[in-house]
Amino acid sequence: MKTIYIMWIRELKRYWRSKSRMVGSLGQPLLFLLALGYGLGATFQKAGEGNYMNFLAPGIIGMSIIFTSIFSGIQVIWDRQFGFLKETMVAPVSRFNIMIGRTLGGATIAAIQGMVVFILALIFTSFRPYNWFLVFPAVLVMLLVGTMFTALGTAIASQLEDMQGFQLIMNFLVMPLFFLSGALFPLDGLPPVLVIITKFDPLSYGIDAFRILLANTGHYPLSLDVSVLAVITFCFLSVGAYLFSKIQI
Amino acid sequence: MNNIIEVKNLTKKFGDFTAVNNISFDVKQGEIFAFLGPNGAGKSTTIKMLTTLLNPTGGHISLNGFNPTSQSAKVRKSFGIVFQDPSLDDELTAWENMEFHGVLYNVEKKLRRQRIEQLMTLVELWDRKDSLVKEFSGGMKRRLEIARGLLHHPKIMFLDEPTLGLDPQTRNHMWTYLQDLNKSEGITVFFSTHYMEEADRVAQRIAIIDHGKIISSGTSQELQAQTQTASLEDAFLKLTGNVIRDEGASSTDKLRTHRQWRGGGRR
Ligand SMILES: Nc1ncnc2c1ncn2[C@@H]1O[C@H](COP(=O)(O)OP(=O)(O)OP(=O)(O)O)[C@@H](O)[C@H]1O
Ligand SMILES: [Mg+2]
Repeated sequence: MKTIYIMWIRELKRYWRSKSRMVGSLGQPLLFLLALGYGLGATFQKAGEGNYMNFLAPGIIGMSIIFTSIFSGIQVIWDRQFGFLKETMVAPVSRFNIMIGRTLGGATIAAIQGMVVFILALIFTSFRPYNWFLVFPAVLVMLLVGTMFTALGTAIASQLEDMQGFQLIMNFLVMPLFFLSGALFPLDGLPPVLVIITKFDPLSYGIDAFRILLANTGHYPLSLDVSVLAVITFCFLSVGAYLFSKIQI
Repeated sequence: MNNIIEVKNLTKKFGDFTAVNNISFDVKQGEIFAFLGPNGAGKSTTIKMLTTLLNPTGGHISLNGFNPTSQSAKVRKSFGIVFQDPSLDDELTAWENMEFHGVLYNVEKKLRRQRIEQLMTLVELWDRKDSLVKEFSGGMKRRLEIARGLLHHPKIMFLDEPTLGLDPQTRNHMWTYLQDLNKSEGITVFFSTHYMEEADRVAQRIAIIDHGKIISSGTSQELQAQTQTASLEDAFLKLTGNVIRDEGASSTDKLRTHRQWRGGGRR
C-alpha cells in the first residue's frame, strides 16, 4: 500500500511541477474544440445530428485523456534513461505494486487533464453538461480510461530501450486510436470497415460513455461501455505489470 | 565464517560480446570486499547480476542464500546499492528523494526522519534539502546518492565507484561511516573503485577483473607479493596492463597511458 501511495505521489508531484507541460498540453484540445466545434457545428446541425459542441466536448476530453495517460506510461523510458528506474527496480517491494502506483498516478493526472478540458469547454464554448450530477460518474470513467492507457503505455515502454520509439508510438498508435474512436464523428452510419475498426478501438467505448453521461447521446449502452473498458483495463494492467516486472537494466 | 555472496562460473553475454566470462568468487559475511578492474572490465555488469537488475547468461549466484533470478524478492530485501550512474529523480527535491527511498525500503518514520537529517548533514546537503535535484552540481548529486544509499541498513551494501567525483572530505566521511556500520552491524561491503589507495586502505580482500575474467584475488599484501611489487597500484598495473610497460614513467603516468590505450582500443 505504501509503495503504491509513494509512487502515486511522485507522479503527481512531477506533474504539478511541470506547469509548462501542463499548459502546453491544453492548447491542442482548446484548438480542436474551437476550430472544429464552430467550424463544423452548422453542418452537423443541418445533418440533423443536434448540437455539435455538446457532441464534440466529450470526444476532446477523451483525446486529452489518451494523450496524457499514454505519455505518463511512456515515462518509464525517461526514468530508464535518467537512471531513476534502477532505484525503484532494486527496492525490496513488489514491482507489481510499483507499476500499479505509477499507473494510478498517470490515471489521476489524465482525469485532472480531462476535467480541465471540461472546464475550458464550459468557459470558452457553448458546451453544457446534460445533467450536472452525472459529471461525477464521468470522472470515474475518466479514471478508468486513464488507467487503461497508462497501463498500455507502461507495457510498451517496458519493451523499449530508448526514446526513439516514442514518435512511432504517437504516429502509429495514439493518433489512430484517437481519430478512429468516434471522438470527432458519430459512430452511426459508418462504412463497414470503419465500423469494425471503431469496435476494436477501446477509446470508442470511453468516449461513448462520456457522451452518454455528459451529452445524453450514445451509440452503445453505458453498461456495455463500462464492461468493455473494465475488461480491457484489466488485460492491459496484467500485461503491463508482467512486462514491467521483467525489465532488465 | 560463512559466505554471504557465492558466485560460480558466472557469465554474461550481450549478443556475441562476453562482458563477464565464467567468473567465480566468494565474499564472506562482514567483509569489506573491493572489486577492481580497468574500464569495461565487467564490474558493473557483475554487480547488476548480483543485484537482480540483469539475468546471467550462465552460472550460479547465491546472495544471502538466495538466487537473484528465481528469488529476486528475497535478494532485494538483503542489499542496498549506490549505483555508478545517476539514479535520482531530478524533478524531486533532495529531501523528497531521501524520503521516497526510506518509504520504499520500509524504514520506520521516526528513524527515517532522524537518519535523513543525520546523513544529509554528513554529506553537507542539509541546508539544500528543499532544492530540486536538477539544480545540483554533479558532485552534490553524487553526495546525495551516497546519503540515500546509507539510509537503510541492509546485510550487504553494494557501492559501484561510490567516490567517483567526490571531494576528499566527503570521501573520508563516507568511509568512516561505512566502516562504523561494518563494525557495529556487521554489514558486508562490496565496492568497486579506480582509486587504488582507497581499496588498499579499506578493503580486507580484493578481486581484480579484466576482460570479464577474474585474474587475481586476495589481500592487498598477497597481490603485491604475487606480483613482486611494492604497492597495490603497481600490482594492479602489472596484472592488468602488461601490454604497456614503461619503467621510466611514474605509476600515475603509466596508469594514464594505460587508460588511454584501453579507451582507444575499445571504441
Ligand atoms: N547493456 C549492454 N549492452 C551491450 N554491452 C554492454 C552493456 N552493458 C555493458 N556492456 C559492455 O560490457 C562490458 C563491461 O561493462 P561494465 O559496465 O561492466 O564495465 P565496468 O567494469 O563497470 O567499467 P567502468 O570502470 O568503466 O565502469 C563493456 O565492454 C560494455 O561495453
Ligand atoms: Mg562500471
